[in-house]
Amino acid sequence: MLTRNSSDVIVVGAGVVGAACAYYAAQAGLTVTVVDRGPVSGGTTGSGEGNLLVSDKEPGPELELALLSIELWRELTELLPPQIEYETKGGLVVAAAEAGMSALRDFAAGQEKAGVRAEEIAADRLHDLEPHLAPGLAGGFHYPQDAQVMPALAAAHLLKAGGDRVRLRLGEEVTGLLTGGHGELRGVSTATGELYAAYVVNAAGTWGGEFAALAGVDLPVLPRRGFVLVTEPLPRVVRRKVYAADYVADVASGSAALQTSAVVEGTAAGPVLIGASRERVGFDRTLSTEVLRRLAAQATALFPVLAGVRAMRTYAGFRPYLPDHLPAIGPDPRVPGLLHACGHEGAGIGLAPATGLIVARCLTGGRPPLDIGPFDPGRFLPRP
Amino acid sequence: MARARTPADLVGAQPGPSFEITFDGRPVPALPGQSVAAALWAADILAWRTTRVGGRPRGAFCGIGQCYDCLATINGTPNRRACLVPAGPGDAITTQEGHGHDRLGV
Repeated sequence: MLTRNSSDVIVVGAGVVGAACAYYAAQAGLTVTVVDRGPVSGGTTGSGEGNLLVSDKEPGPELELALLSIELWRELTELLPPQIEYETKGGLVVAAAEAGMSALRDFAAGQEKAGVRAEEIAADRLHDLEPHLAPGLAGGFHYPQDAQVMPALAAAHLLKAGGDRVRLRLGEEVTGLLTGGHGELRGVSTATGELYAAYVVNAAGTWGGEFAALAGVDLPVLPRRGFVLVTEPLPRVVRRKVYAADYVADVASGSAALQTSAVVEGTAAGPVLIGASRERVGFDRTLSTEVLRRLAAQATALFPVLAGVRAMRTYAGFRPYLPDHLPAIGPDPRVPGLLHACGHEGAGIGLAPATGLIVARCLTGGRPPLDIGPFDPGRFLPRP
Repeated sequence: MARARTPADLVGAQPGPSFEITFDGRPVPALPGQSVAAALWAADILAWRTTRVGGRPRGAFCGIGQCYDCLATINGTPNRRACLVPAGPGDAITTQEGHGHDRLGV
């Protein structure tokens, strides 16, 4: 039942993960209220590049989630308008030296067993794929399944595709959870009133830990800052998502210190996006010229042509980081009625549809599409 | 009816001798201190760029460096703000087609 203040489910967070949860829950016949203190895509969704990647994931639960999501995104794009800029551009990981190439070979061999398509590209073929790549690289791997969307619009259109069963409440901050006499969830209180539902989904992204605290539970989501450097609009100078082999090691690292590795890709609108940096400095938005200097130097080393074009602007975002680099998806064992769908770190756009589908299945008592044990939100509790 | 006055008259400017720049190969006079956009306007040239998607004409809009509408290719470098770049003797201004970086495309 969807009345002004009650629905079957409340989703907290109007980023891409919240949008996917709302969409799949609505598809399953549930009514959904999506509430966010800001606008749609106002947090990490609007601060990334929109990557749907399998290339950077080692075999394991996150890769399974990514492979399912790649399929679901393909289905969704038949339904969503072209404005989401879905592009099956593919990824190209390059190694500077033979040692890096042999590490890539081992990595790809494991991924192929898990269902990833990867093709070794010899040094003399790299320029067929990417004519502007620097000379002298040892080779690379091409991942045709990697894709991209314009993330802010993808989230917005996903919410819209939920139809009449999805209601949006933007600019409304959740201030607490409402519980009944037996500790069961009854909804949330917000700055302007109360919203009622038997289920509440925490899709608050990097702020998922703060939201969990409102429910009296601990979920150790931490912000991992990243900057993106944006060039002036260009014709297609970079065809794929191209990145250096050390990016994979940076993604998997648990260090709080600054790490940067070159990640370069074009966009449908023209500008080239240059990443990627990782550092744990809390929610500090201060511009770091040191990070930007390193991003620019690494990108121009990979694509010398970029040295002759201008960087127009930069933006920063905070990846929702959980200590084991896996998201928290599913029911919270401590609070009946509370589900989590957050902590996707830098992969939330790619992992959103599978996450939304899992949440919808949990809400309707259906079978999850894959083993969700590794994503158990209770896994950080001290073992008895 | 009041006599039409130029901005230079209004501020009592006494600029040095004029020099020549070119727009798509044709000579255009410019004064020391004048921006490229001002020199082009004085020569009745109002558009020196086409948009990336629709190919529509664009020229100076805000005139103070904020709107990025007046981008031009100046001496071979695209995306210069014509309203901010001072004209210099012999400067070659060319109409910028779209992003102006066509030769980089693959």
